[in-house]
Amino acid sequence: MANWKPLEQMTYLGKRYPRLDGLAKVTGAAKYTYDVNLPGLLYGALLSSPHPAAVIKNIDASAAQALPGVKAVLTDIHPTGTVRYVGEEVAAVAAVSPEIARDALELIKVDYEVLKFAADIDTAMQSEAPRVFFEQPNIRDPRKGGKGDIEAGFKQAAVVVESDYRTQVQTHNSLEVHGCVAKWEGENLIVWDSTQGVHPIREGIAKFLNLPQSNVRVICEYMGGGFGSKLQSSRYNGIAARLAKAANAPVKLMLTRPQDSMTAGNRPNLIAHVKLGATRDGKVVAFQSKTYGTAGIGSNAGSALPIAYDIPNTQTEHYDVYTNAGPARAFRAPGCPQASFVMEQVMDEMAEKLNMNPLDFRLLNDTNETRKKEWKLGAEKFGWAKRAPKPNADPGPFKRGMGLGAAIWWPGGRGTKSQLTILPDGGIEIRCGTQDLGTATRTIVAAVVAEELGVPIESVKALIGDTNYPYSGGSGGSTTAPSVAPAIKNATEKGKDKLLDLAAAHLGIAKTDLMIANGKVSAQSNAAKSLNWKQLCALLGTAPLEVQGEWVEGLSSAGVAGCQFAEVEVDTETGLVKVLRVLAVQDCGLVLNRLTAESQVNGAVIQGISYALLEDRLIDPVTGIPLNTTFENYKVLGALEMPKIDVIIYDEPARGVIGIGEPPTVPTAATIANAVYHAIGKRVREIPMTPDRVLAALST
Amino acid sequence: MSDEPIKSKKFSRRAFLKVSGGGAVGAAVLPSLVKTTPVRADGAEVFKGAATIQLKVNGKARSVEVEPRTTLLSALRHQLEVTGCKEVCDRGECGACTVLMNGKTVLACMTLALDAAGKEITTVEGLAVDGKLDPVQQAFIDKDALMCGFCTPGFVMSVRALLNKNPHPTEAEVRQAVAGNTCRCGTYGRVFEAALAATKATNGKRG
Repeated sequence: MANWKPLEQMTYLGKRYPRLDGLAKVTGAAKYTYDVNLPGLLYGALLSSPHPAAVIKNIDASAAQALPGVKAVLTDIHPTGTVRYVGEEVAAVAAVSPEIARDALELIKVDYEVLKFAADIDTAMQSEAPRVFFEQPNIRDPRKGGKGDIEAGFKQAAVVVESDYRTQVQTHNSLEVHGCVAKWEGENLIVWDSTQGVHPIREGIAKFLNLPQSNVRVICEYMGGGFGSKLQSSRYNGIAARLAKAANAPVKLMLTRPQDSMTAGNRPNLIAHVKLGATRDGKVVAFQSKTYGTAGIGSNAGSALPIAYDIPNTQTEHYDVYTNAGPARAFRAPGCPQASFVMEQVMDEMAEKLNMNPLDFRLLNDTNETRKKEWKLGAEKFGWAKRAPKPNADPGPFKRGMGLGAAIWWPGGRGTKSQLTILPDGGIEIRCGTQDLGTATRTIVAAVVAEELGVPIESVKALIGDTNYPYSGGSGGSTTAPSVAPAIKNATEKGKDKLLDLAAAHLGIAKTDLMIANGKVSAQSNAAKSLNWKQLCALLGTAPLEVQGEWVEGLSSAGVAGCQFAEVEVDTETGLVKVLRVLAVQDCGLVLNRLTAESQVNGAVIQGISYALLEDRLIDPVTGIPLNTTFENYKVLGALEMPKIDVIIYDEPARGVIGIGEPPTVPTAATIANAVYHAIGKRVREIPMTPDRVLAALST
Repeated sequence: MSDEPIKSKKFSRRAFLKVSGGGAVGAAVLPSLVKTTPVRADGAEVFKGAATIQLKVNGKARSVEVEPRTTLLSALRHQLEVTGCKEVCDRGECGACTVLMNGKTVLACMTLALDAAGKEITTVEGLAVDGKLDPVQQAFIDKDALMCGFCTPGFVMSVRALLNKNPHPTEAEVRQAVAGNTCRCGTYGRVFEAALAATKATNGKRG
């Protein structure tokens, strides 16, 4: 089985080195989908439904069609003719400027038969609520899970905690909205898409347009964030291609910021009733949950309860609820931050009932050997021992508190292919159809090659983000690094082996005696027998060396553990929660780049704080209209609220590569919630923990 | 299309309102715009149509044809292929389109191209001199103050503008300077580090 060399022998992996595309990003040279300009490019725009539920009776686009500068209008883009949320696509135009495209939208007249709707979960769950889908009730059949014997479990329990918690809908708000540029070349279609998966997007577009996949090429050189929302092809892809066909010109179709918020995904909310049982000596023996969540008109609003802790007897029952709202999509650790918010608090409630320190209670019940070590390491670094033994210890009005929570994530690597090309002049190209979401994938692809060939990373040209390159899956589930790194190493190992064959023959030395390092190949027995990189590659003659690689066992793993600690200060007069500091301890097996891995943890924690305190997609239940679809109204954590964040990457190199994008955002909101409780002695059972909710909790 | 003046119900930049005190448009460009009739009740003149104006972008004079409503961001990105300034919110909420106009930060999405005529516009593409990066740019790379990079040009410009007027900022001053810039990947802490490192590297001045 393949394996990595020891960490101490590495030049790049495990170390800190700047990302290779930093230069392009700080100079504006990096071309994102939004930046693609082509000769004759037209600008597409989508008309959105203003109604949460309506039948499209008629669309009159004649005035739009007649507007000078308009090159294509589509009025048949809705698949069923019945819109089910505000923002849904109704018609589309392409024009010579974005301004004219917007003008054209205003000229389209749509007759709607307005229907009754249920845009929020509380309305939709009422028995007499209008149905989102006429043929089925809003509350879907439950998904049930569990193990052991729940009744026997609670019989063993000497102490039981029963509580309710609630989380909100969160929208992704990637800085680059969803969108693409579509260009036809005869029967072939090229799509530049802001995507997390060029290959899956190609499959989706080809299916939608009924084209052979080989006629579709998808390119994504740079993309401005996705967080799970850009894993699948969307209606706009097909619409852009159709507009381009109709206008006989390339079309750029980017959603508006509000359209992105309304149509391009969200994290479902969770309404949870949970029950936890433990023995008198603190062993958790039973967990039961009944939960509801809405993914809008979509499904899979479930949670990962009971997350992080291995409890012998569990029973879960979850109901998806349809609402007249945009469908959910994967969002950074789907189902987990909401589950963690519930689980870690009910664990703390239990610890308090048992009169145990929350840390000791975790150590007693956590079965993950890595996390047990992380709890101890983190607690020491954070100064957990200084935590006041009882909540609400400060005289006020500013009260401080500390909390903790556990991080967990499961998926690992999977089939990815690659191609290494060594050119006779010494050039090195590595091709892989993965993509870089800002997670430094391009950089680690080059680093793995550089590490294996003993050359500087700058000499490796990493070519990614194109379906013309060997297959890799979507960048979701923190699977990218463990999928890609082994495939890159595999191709490079094979290429190195062939180069060593050439060197052995040329130098007249046994291949087993040769080593590649520091830009040259040399005999271990006789250092004078050596070739520098250029001389070595010149042995190729005229034909480049091309080798294919694939994902192989042994270089990656699945499953990570982490833990977080937070200290907050609550202003009990205004209800404002201020996060003072967060410590995140996170493993990811073999660290490929410590600098960029830390950046990902920073970002995950920041999104978690934002989720805990600020973010909340609001839909007016009376009109069904989303109220905060822009950055003005949808608050995300900014520079002034940034706490001190410390990151400890917990090395376990023997496990190989594991992804780190998702797990560190799992426990942040829960950790802050526990800290808020410790500060004020009252539980805020719903996020975001806005001042009104904190004040309400204080007044109970 | 009727010759309606600026709508009150829905914000529109379709027409340009010339009002006293708002006379930022050079007199030279106005004749090529068409004066609409009737004039508004308050006597303000409303212009429509397109005009060719000169923008000085990163030291070069560039011609663009703009309508009164065309934003500086739209002119830069769609006509001049200056795409370092990003379109994210298009309404002044996120700072991703921050550029310098006569040395001061403006949001290109909230600045009409006509108002930028004749002024010195510096975008992130114009910071490096003779292939040598601005120390702010170098510090962003070194400190990994970027992830997806879509907000990065805006942050770089905000930090550059800060250092131009305050070569030795505190971290609190850096935070204030980038308070109008939104990052969704979560690079803030490292942006602060990069700004302070750039200060140390060059005494705050451009390298």
